[in-house]
Amino acid sequence: MRIPPIVSGEIPLSSVDAPPNAPDAPAEAAEPEPPRDAVREALLSRLTEEFGGEIVGSHIRVGDDLWVRVTREAWPAVAGVVSRRMKFRFFDFLSGLDWLPSPFGRDMDSQEDIAVQGTLPKELPPMVSGYAGGDTRFQVFARVYSLTDHIGITFKADLPDDDLSVGTWSTVYAGANWHERECWEMYGFTFTGHPYLKHLYLPGGFEGNPLRKDFPLLARRVKPWPGIVDVEPMPGVADEEGGD
Amino acid sequence: MSASPLALVGSAPVLAGLDPPYWAATLIKVGVVALLVPTTALILGIVFLFKVMSWMQSRLGPQEAGPRGLLQLLADGAKFIQKQDIIPDAADRFVFKVAPMVVLISTFLLYVIIPAGPSVVVESLDTGVFFALAMSSISVIGILMAGWGSANKFALMSGIRAAGQLIAYELPMVLAVVGVVIQAGTMNLNGIIAAQADFKLFGVVPFPLFLLTQLPMFLVFLAAAQAELTQPPFDMPVAESELVGGYQVEYSGFRFLFFFMGEFATAFAFAALASVLFLGGWSLPFVASDSDFYTSTAFWLIGPVVLFTKIMLVSFLIFWFRFTYPRFREDQLQKVCWKYLIPICLVWVSFTAIAKVVW
Amino acid sequence: MAAPVSERDQLAYIANQAADARVNLEFESEGMTLNMGPQHPATHGTLRILAKLDGEQVISCEPMPGYMHRGYEKLCEVRTYPQVTTLVNRIDWLGSFANEVPWILAAEKLMGIEAPPRAQHIRTILFELSRIGNIALFLGDLGIQLGGITVGFYAFRDREHVLNQVEAVTGGRFHPNFDRIGGLKDDLPKGWIAETKAAMVKVQKFCDQVEDLLIGNEIFQSRTRGIGVIPQHVAQSYGLSGANARGSGIDWDLRRDSCPPGLVYDKCDWTVWTHPDGDSFSRSWIRLQETREAAKIVDQLLDTIPSGPIMAKVPRIIKVPEGEAYVATENPLGEMGYYLVSKGDLYPFRVKIRSASFNNISIVPWLCKGVYVPDVISILASLYFILGDIDR
Repeated sequence: MRIPPIVSGEIPLSSVDAPPNAPDAPAEAAEPEPPRDAVREALLSRLTEEFGGEIVGSHIRVGDDLWVRVTREAWPAVAGVVSRRMKFRFFDFLSGLDWLPSPFGRDMDSQEDIAVQGTLPKELPPMVSGYAGGDTRFQVFARVYSLTDHIGITFKADLPDDDLSVGTWSTVYAGANWHERECWEMYGFTFTGHPYLKHLYLPGGFEGNPLRKDFPLLARRVKPWPGIVDVEPMPGVADEEGGD
Repeated sequence: MSASPLALVGSAPVLAGLDPPYWAATLIKVGVVALLVPTTALILGIVFLFKVMSWMQSRLGPQEAGPRGLLQLLADGAKFIQKQDIIPDAADRFVFKVAPMVVLISTFLLYVIIPAGPSVVVESLDTGVFFALAMSSISVIGILMAGWGSANKFALMSGIRAAGQLIAYELPMVLAVVGVVIQAGTMNLNGIIAAQADFKLFGVVPFPLFLLTQLPMFLVFLAAAQAELTQPPFDMPVAESELVGGYQVEYSGFRFLFFFMGEFATAFAFAALASVLFLGGWSLPFVASDSDFYTSTAFWLIGPVVLFTKIMLVSFLIFWFRFTYPRFREDQLQKVCWKYLIPICLVWVSFTAIAKVVW
Repeated sequence: MAAPVSERDQLAYIANQAADARVNLEFESEGMTLNMGPQHPATHGTLRILAKLDGEQVISCEPMPGYMHRGYEKLCEVRTYPQVTTLVNRIDWLGSFANEVPWILAAEKLMGIEAPPRAQHIRTILFELSRIGNIALFLGDLGIQLGGITVGFYAFRDREHVLNQVEAVTGGRFHPNFDRIGGLKDDLPKGWIAETKAAMVKVQKFCDQVEDLLIGNEIFQSRTRGIGVIPQHVAQSYGLSGANARGSGIDWDLRRDSCPPGLVYDKCDWTVWTHPDGDSFSRSWIRLQETREAAKIVDQLLDTIPSGPIMAKVPRIIKVPEGEAYVATENPLGEMGYYLVSKGDLYPFRVKIRSASFNNISIVPWLCKGVYVPDVISILASLYFILGDIDR
């Protein structure tokens, strides 16, 4: 499903999508009205009121979810506003997105993919961001939820490659503390104002940021998955667990 | 010496007929106690720790060693004895090695005064009960030594908790016993049994147990015994899920066996004390204390059997609580002791004293 | 050796060695540092808790997860969708079917597929069965942590009934790997419905036993009432979910409030239990009630399973169209969600696994300040976490 183009005159609203199993609804007024999500659109306009130009992209999937992309500078303020003024007090999660297509792909398991979908493309596909757009490789994203209205919002923010830092949410949402630590060690984002940015999962002194796409998954570079069906054994290895 | 049991003084009257020299008599006594302690620990362990506990927890328990798993503890004992003697590097070697012995010695000494019959007793002391309570306090030192000498934070915390708990619960135990002593008029255990056999409620109704008149004391004694054995619900020092075994955590091999044996043998000893003090010991109900039956040779066998039965009953109570209740927190434990058990004891002791004078 | 080693170097070397060996250093300033774990009976798995104590009181307490980090989010990027289903079974390994459900629902949402009604029904039944299995073990473990070990054995005994039923359908007691995009792998075996109804009767009896033996016990109550009180706004700010949130009085259950299409909770009659106190007791009590409710739900759903196909028409090779989706369900541990980013390939582009225990345990440093060591055990037991859920 491609992201439909921005409709002029309705910035920052980038797209309103019907749920996937409804036919694609183009955004022109001449066609029959696509279904609208009044609640989420109201949320979006409220956010636009509060932040104005800081909101650089958004996406609504009707009846389902709302994505809002803000600037990096507005990121800490967003937490304060939605939790105090908009009653989104429940902190769901915070993590990062790396939009670079993985140069390693499925590594040794790609043998199977060739059998399934034909030869693999030689070049990597272009880097395309997801919902609500994005201009950079890295994005930080977080989700909050309102326990009274039972609606969630997913926020995203672009992080420039040369300066992967952003303000912390842990002063507003206490739960963000651990999530930001994990994001720091997995992606390398620095959260300014975080009280204790230390390793959470990885041992101290670990080098590299594992969830980045250019950090290889070593398990798949060393040995193919033993559960692969109908694949000839690796050259030079006599006993291979080929079956099952 | 075939006079009334009350007149029996001195040591091991059962040997009186043989009249051995002093050193031989002492050796025999030491040997008997040394054999008795592991045997009773074994019996208690097999019956209650394995069979009764498994039955309560709807599982089978050990089945392999011996017929229906009855020799499991022997196998365990053999395993423990042949293990390597590991001492942590940072541990205080002497203290670490000696601690289990101290605990075990206090158990051995407890067995000295338990009477299995009017003449079947190692040493019939006039200060019987007092001696027993004093000797049971020695194990506190052993536990503290184990906790400190292990050079382990968990063991240290456990040792400190144990010190507080065990010393605190000495008091209810002593006070519970005081009521019995007042009623019996003597601290000699055989004398207490004789007093029970002759006891008449209100001077009129024959009733051979102190259980009725000292029921609250019996319950307090059981609770205090549970605490002295550091068994649930009073097992903060050995709280498995927090302290991973507490003061025993660094012990393995035969040193751990000493602790284990000490725990069960002491349980047996306390149950024996409870049976003697409250349930009449080796006396049969409604048989007066100066009856000839007690001094007959047949009673040398029957007496211990009677006592053993009563001990098993009391042990069942102790272990039943152990398997059922969750454990108290340390401060709640102390609260129970100081705010509930001790006042009950004091009230009942004064009541007993008054009743003794009146009736 | 060349130059003489200065005393400063020696001290630095010793400090490094100590840090490497993770030795408990006695800080001269405050109290004692106690290291609970990673091997410790109180932590359900390899969680290390570093506690600074003053006597028996905790000054600061820091859980250090990661001993079981398996890199799920990275692994998901190289697995195909059915392979990921196998993987996510192992996040919360006690209620393992429950882990698969939000994952499958997220993929189904992006593909625009809806499972047939029969599959939805059975999916919900298996979901609730995994909830019972999980929480039954919690109740047993609660007893074990606090010293009443007998309850633990009863829990394992009665959990067997549920696991037998799960095994009869899926073939796996612990890791069923049964959910598929578009439905389920197989249909129910003959006689399963009657057996499961009998198992639910036993589960209800077990809940009554636990109430008698543990929850109603005075010692248990004195160990848990008033311990580890979490106010509502703190619970929300940390993202506490499931029984932990409802124990603080938050009336929120994802099954009732935002049930994703694909589960049929609206077709049966059940209640959401909350408790205003926010202490360890309320969390434990709520989980007991939840087990009873789950047995009730299964009972009702077993009577109304529609007939029909068990699997929708799904292409043999699963390629989920491009898009992003987040689906969260009320798992036994709390809110578990999968944020799925797909680029239209055979395998996901990015999967963010929102696991309940991660948020649930992040509150421990705040909660355990000034608390006694035995109460830390009681708090951890009542917060209930599975290491696989924290560490992924």
